[in-house]
Amino acid sequence: MFAYIVRRMFQSVIVLLVVGLVAFSMFRFVGDPIDNMLGQERTQADIDRLRTELGLDQPFVLQYAKFLKGAAQGNFGVSYRQGRPVSTILLERAPATLELAFVSGFLAITMGIALGVFTAIRRQGMAANVIMTVSLIGVSLPTFLIGILLIYIFSVELDLLPSFGRGETVMIGKWSTGFLTTSGLKALILPAITLGLYQMTLIMRLVRSEMLEVLRADYVRFARARGLSDRVINFRHALKNTLVPVITITGLQLGSIIAFAIITETVFQWPGVGLLFINAIQFVDIPVMAAYLMLISVMFVTINLVVDLLYYAIDPRLRVDARAT
Amino acid sequence: MSFKTLMLAASATAMIAAGASAETLRWARAGDALTLDPHAQNEGPTSAMAHQIMETLVMRDHSGALVPSLATEWAPSEENPNVWVFKLREGVTFHDGAEFDSEDVVFSLNRAMTPDSDYKELLASVKEVRAPDKYTVEIETDGPNPIMPNNLTNMFMMDKDWAEANNAVKVQDYEGGEDTFAAKNANGTGPYKLVSREPDVKTVLAANENYWGKDEFPLQVTEIIYTPIQNAATRVAALLSGEVDFIQDVPVQDLARVAGTDGLDVRTAPQNRVIFFGMNMGDADLSSDNVDGKNPLADVRVRQAMSKAINRDAIQQVVMRGQSAPAGMISPPFVNGWDADMDASSSTDIEGAKALMAEAGYPDGFSLTLNCPNDRYINDEAICQAAVGMLAQIGITVNLDAKPKAQHFPLINNLETDFYMLGWGVPTYDSEYIFNFLVHSKGEKYGSWNGTRYSNPELDAKIVALASETDLPARDQQIGDIWQVVQDEQLYIPIHHQVLNWGMKSGVGTIVEPEDSPKIKYFEMN
Repeated sequence: MFAYIVRRMFQSVIVLLVVGLVAFSMFRFVGDPIDNMLGQERTQADIDRLRTELGLDQPFVLQYAKFLKGAAQGNFGVSYRQGRPVSTILLERAPATLELAFVSGFLAITMGIALGVFTAIRRQGMAANVIMTVSLIGVSLPTFLIGILLIYIFSVELDLLPSFGRGETVMIGKWSTGFLTTSGLKALILPAITLGLYQMTLIMRLVRSEMLEVLRADYVRFARARGLSDRVINFRHALKNTLVPVITITGLQLGSIIAFAIITETVFQWPGVGLLFINAIQFVDIPVMAAYLMLISVMFVTINLVVDLLYYAIDPRLRVDARAT
Repeated sequence: MSFKTLMLAASATAMIAAGASAETLRWARAGDALTLDPHAQNEGPTSAMAHQIMETLVMRDHSGALVPSLATEWAPSEENPNVWVFKLREGVTFHDGAEFDSEDVVFSLNRAMTPDSDYKELLASVKEVRAPDKYTVEIETDGPNPIMPNNLTNMFMMDKDWAEANNAVKVQDYEGGEDTFAAKNANGTGPYKLVSREPDVKTVLAANENYWGKDEFPLQVTEIIYTPIQNAATRVAALLSGEVDFIQDVPVQDLARVAGTDGLDVRTAPQNRVIFFGMNMGDADLSSDNVDGKNPLADVRVRQAMSKAINRDAIQQVVMRGQSAPAGMISPPFVNGWDADMDASSSTDIEGAKALMAEAGYPDGFSLTLNCPNDRYINDEAICQAAVGMLAQIGITVNLDAKPKAQHFPLINNLETDFYMLGWGVPTYDSEYIFNFLVHSKGEKYGSWNGTRYSNPELDAKIVALASETDLPARDQQIGDIWQVVQDEQLYIPIHHQVLNWGMKSGVGTIVEPEDSPKIKYFEMN
């Protein structure tokens, strides 16, 4: 067991290092930050001076080494664009993204499971067919279009919900929350739907097909023969057994909700880390891009590691294999 | 006092304060100010924000004319032609109550000349700034500098004592890393005080009760809430739904929609920015063309033919939906040296262009790569696409390579492009600025944006001489002469002057400023 964990951790660290290396080798294709940092009235001498100062004249491997050295000491450098430490900026922005991800993840799971069960049970019904058709839109329309559509309908035409921003926020310690004000809650609705819609339809379709499978299983037939009520069969026996794969998928999807909030945050001017990352790309703000990519890869690697360890705990066959080799 | 009575008292005070015609202006544009340090970044949204909080010695009014701000009068010294004398406004205070005087000017200008400042080039000719008395400042330059005041319109004044007390003497250095106080706080003499700021999210400003120009300017907006909204569609939606009162950067395709909505207006004005193509005419051979051993762009007839092939009216009508003014010279119209005849000189003439191509020895044309930004100017990529079709008419096959600005501009700086798009604004409103950056041979100090590889030592000498020519009519004559060379050589292919659009609630009264830098103190709210 211990050897297995150590081996997996070691692999994770290698993955992280490789992600960083690939990221740094890509940065020069994003563009040159010097132009954005110096104004229109800059001379060639200024350009050369700043390039040397920032170490951008060095090969990317050296730049990467410098970044790693700083990161190991908890110092991710200073943003080229804002002139403030990257760690401070990321901490400031994280609550917005995490709250949005939490709400849309919650929406996606509850609505996805409820609608999935519904469409599985009433498979032939009119409503279930409508839901299935509409869910196709959720899977096939790009996020930014859904966001713009929602803004058009609910902000411009109906004037019900705000089209951008987080509304009023309250500071609890270092955490800025939008959960405690009406405008903050209203501002959450559209972005949360936009971000969660794809995940919701995914979970819904997954639950539906698993449920259909389970409903055909022998034990469900026996349960019916025993004369149990539909409610008990559907929710106590069938749903429970459909949830195993759903939980796996949902765990992984939660990671991507946080990582890919970028587009939703851009459309709704949501002040989270995704918007920060987009701005960083446009400005070629290398310290912010590097820190964000590392953070996201740490997140994914951790999730995968935890999932692997859970499998190891759940599935005895893996343990046997490990002993055999 | 119990908590409840305290709250009541507080809300009562707030109501009284708000009672006197409180007007909040919710303002949005694409980007946020990068910093509040007034000398760290010479960039549009950054100086637009600074203009609300801080002030300069002289400023420009809506027509572009220099008008007094913190200086009431200025003139070259009678004893020494190298010295400009500024008389300062008396009785002006900073937001923290400190008095504004010549010491602060000396401090601020010296600060703007330090290596980390983004404004040091505009002050490159300054030798010394002196304060002979409390309300007089003398700026001595290396040789006479007739347009010195033009360079001061974005040179913001800080309080010396405040900067010293808050460790903000040094300009914020991006590499330096320390979180400077001046980047997050501001203490100016301007019409608005900083209330709160979250970078990239929201900045709130409140009217300065003690502003010296209270009676001079409308100053009807008592509170400004500034929110950057990056996505153009969201920005327009926020205006349409009434969540903001005033937006900059209205996308061309949404203008009709905004203008057609009840209660909203679009105001338009020529912008201080001209869009043009530059060509590599200096290299012996081009890397991106299909002509071996020769550079077709080195022949002035080819460059003229290319200019004649561009149908600027079609670009204006189709690509820009009327939102541009065709250009014949690479200078915005308000700039000293602009000439109406020259600006009207470019005309479309396909037959003439073909004849010129044949004369130059390229009757069948050639191929070439055009580098174009796709996120910098209004419809930049679409303009380039249109140009591709137009140049094909005279046999020039253009491969379009459109990239984000962060990748496009390095091509020009590193001389890696043979044919490129560039836009140019002139903050000094004088042609010398254009010549220094775009016409002078590229070198350490001059020509840093000149990607044409054009080098004419005689012309360079004339450009450098402009800086110290004090006889203004003679100077204007020289400017005209230099323009004549630029036009004859077809150094650039001008396309058009951009037009600015501001969208706002119908009650908001303002004139669009060519710098795209709104000064809220002029806004009237009805």
